[in-house]
Amino acid sequence: MGFTLAVGTFLQHLINGLTLGAIYGLIAIGYTMVYGIIRMINFAHGEIYMIGAFIAVTTFTLLLGAGVTSVPLALVIVLAVSCGFTAVYGWSIERVAYRPLRTAPKLAPFISAIGMSIVLQNFVMLTQGARSKSLPPVMTGGITLWRDGDFSLGVTNIQLFIILLTVALMTGFTLVINRTALGRAQRACEQDRTMAALLGINVDRTISLTFVLGAGLAAVAGVMVTLYYGVIDFYIGFLAGMKAFTAAVLGGIGSLPGAMLGGLLIGLIEAFFSGYVSSAYKDVAAFSILILVLVVRPSGLLGRPDIEKV
Amino acid sequence: MAAPASPSIPFARNLREAGIAAAIAMALAIPFLGLRTVNLDQGLVVQANLRYVPLAGLVVFLGRLVLGLLAAPLRRAVAPLAGLKPPAGAQRLRPYGGPLLILAAAVLPFLPFANRYVIDLGTTALIYILLATGLNITVGLAGLLDLGFAAFYAIGAYTCALTTTQLHWGFWPALAAGGLASSLFAVLLSLPILRLRGDYLAIVTLGFGEITRIVILNWQSLTGGPNGVSGIARPTLFGLTFDRRAPEGGHTFAEMTGIAYAPEQRLIFLYLVILALTALAAYTVGRLRRLPIGRAWEALREDEIACRSLGINPTMVKVSAYATGALMGGLAGCVFAARQGFVSPESFGFMESATILAIVVLGGMGSQAGVIIAALFIVVLPELARSFADYRMLAFGLAMILIMIWKPGGLLSGRTPTITLSARKAKSMAEATS
Repeated sequence: MGFTLAVGTFLQHLINGLTLGAIYGLIAIGYTMVYGIIRMINFAHGEIYMIGAFIAVTTFTLLLGAGVTSVPLALVIVLAVSCGFTAVYGWSIERVAYRPLRTAPKLAPFISAIGMSIVLQNFVMLTQGARSKSLPPVMTGGITLWRDGDFSLGVTNIQLFIILLTVALMTGFTLVINRTALGRAQRACEQDRTMAALLGINVDRTISLTFVLGAGLAAVAGVMVTLYYGVIDFYIGFLAGMKAFTAAVLGGIGSLPGAMLGGLLIGLIEAFFSGYVSSAYKDVAAFSILILVLVVRPSGLLGRPDIEKV
Repeated sequence: MAAPASPSIPFARNLREAGIAAAIAMALAIPFLGLRTVNLDQGLVVQANLRYVPLAGLVVFLGRLVLGLLAAPLRRAVAPLAGLKPPAGAQRLRPYGGPLLILAAAVLPFLPFANRYVIDLGTTALIYILLATGLNITVGLAGLLDLGFAAFYAIGAYTCALTTTQLHWGFWPALAAGGLASSLFAVLLSLPILRLRGDYLAIVTLGFGEITRIVILNWQSLTGGPNGVSGIARPTLFGLTFDRRAPEGGHTFAEMTGIAYAPEQRLIFLYLVILALTALAAYTVGRLRRLPIGRAWEALREDEIACRSLGINPTMVKVSAYATGALMGGLAGCVFAARQGFVSPESFGFMESATILAIVVLGGMGSQAGVIIAALFIVVLPELARSFADYRMLAFGLAMILIMIWKPGGLLSGRTPTITLSARKAKSMAEATS
């Protein structure tokens, strides 16, 4: 009895951690792709995710007001609207704040990104108000996997939806990167931008599309968080962005599977640490493990070491 | 952007681009300006203000059109200015710039317009200058990107707060302890992570900054958690306090000097303390740059492999850069704690680190004068924009982006090496190689 209960608790933390990890992983992909292609930390990416979440709340509320009761239909519409608008935001940010700085010293785009992050946060706060926005639960219910007296182990429908959608998106995304012309252009730009341009790849367009794709995935993460927690405010992008960036570095920045792996690890560390040790120090645990991993493997778990030519 | 500026951009093309920009602006405006979620008792309601959407489009359309039409003539008008050199006399005045600036800053609190508010603002600006001077060593001179500098600031402030409240130390020993504690932490932190390079190093420093903040926030028994520490000792002048009434067995500044007591005296004294510290720090950095250690910092920034092959030990160089930078961060933290009389973890979040880094980068990395200008800009701009209230942070972020686009290397971007070959040596070397 005691043992089965312990296993059950462990599995429950595992499920919660996987859900959280899926969300971090989706955001981390945006960081890692942008870093891979233009070697820049897109600090405003967390705000992109926050914008996705806000558009999701607005769309849900509108649909609710319009009397749409079918949950799958509402989800599809919300995902499409949120991804669409957020992608435009991603594209515009690159065009306005980063493209003029492409040949600038390394830190200039980073400072510009911090500025952009401040701008977006305050823009949302001014237009939507500083109070947190909450939604009535959209998806309810779940599957009880196992019950033993008071304890029950279960997966909620939202968790199932998040994990499955993430797996589907990851698969699709890997295919896009490995099989399509866009993915090929992207990998080419990652290796050598000048050479890619000489071979007729439109580098500007490829970089723009990278931002669009990254923003789309962050918007999906935003929709998921809106569903999962039901409450958002204009400040959520900061912490989520920082953790997702940590996840990207943990997995090896520039590597797509690495971003996913890093996201899962950060999610699991958070869930297990707050479950078994202390929830106040869960972020300390995540950052400490990041530091430990980097000390042992300086380019992350799946990253390629940088070889410096003299 | 790198496209060569054609002599005359056709008006039609400009019109088209402005149209595209306007369409995108309208798309961006719909979900935020056009539709507003409002919290009501029974839940969220969406309010439509769709008239803002075409308005945003119009503003962007006109802005883009004017910018597009004026860009080429403007560039032609500004071009001759770039080649302009300062007059020869200005170069000779340079060594006097620093002392003059310090003198001007020292008399500021005694000028007729200097009220409480001006002195307070000046103190804040000086704290940031000191912080940025410290970070400038790590980022600007040694080229090690640090995203968690606020941790050293926090360690200095908390060391000062705890030694004065728990151990009843005075301000001055606490100041020394704060600087040393920060420095020690920097050494401990830097040892394990020196193998890391570039962005990996940056994220580890970011992690360290967050860990410090979270530990301070949760270590209730020592730091008071989110409530912070209050009752921090105020600075004294040779044991004289700046209070209205002397503490037991002590004297006040007003008693001993015969100058009538005024509450501003404490502020002015604190201002002068931080001014002296900052001036000392700036002077020290200026001298350090001429010492082997300072040269090693800059050499490491330019090329680590070349440094190694010349027998420079990168570990020692990096550790010393971190420790010196953190020392200044700790001192600034201590002054901050003494000024507020109260510290809490929320003063040391990531935004603080980002602000200090922004000062270094906006000023032009490695430039002391740049740090001063940028710190004044960052502290004073939000104050000037106070009448815009809510919009000031928006303006602040926009200004950061615009300055970076306008001057990507920072306002004073002369990244000149401190040492160059003298004419004689260069000539002999040229002869030797020919």
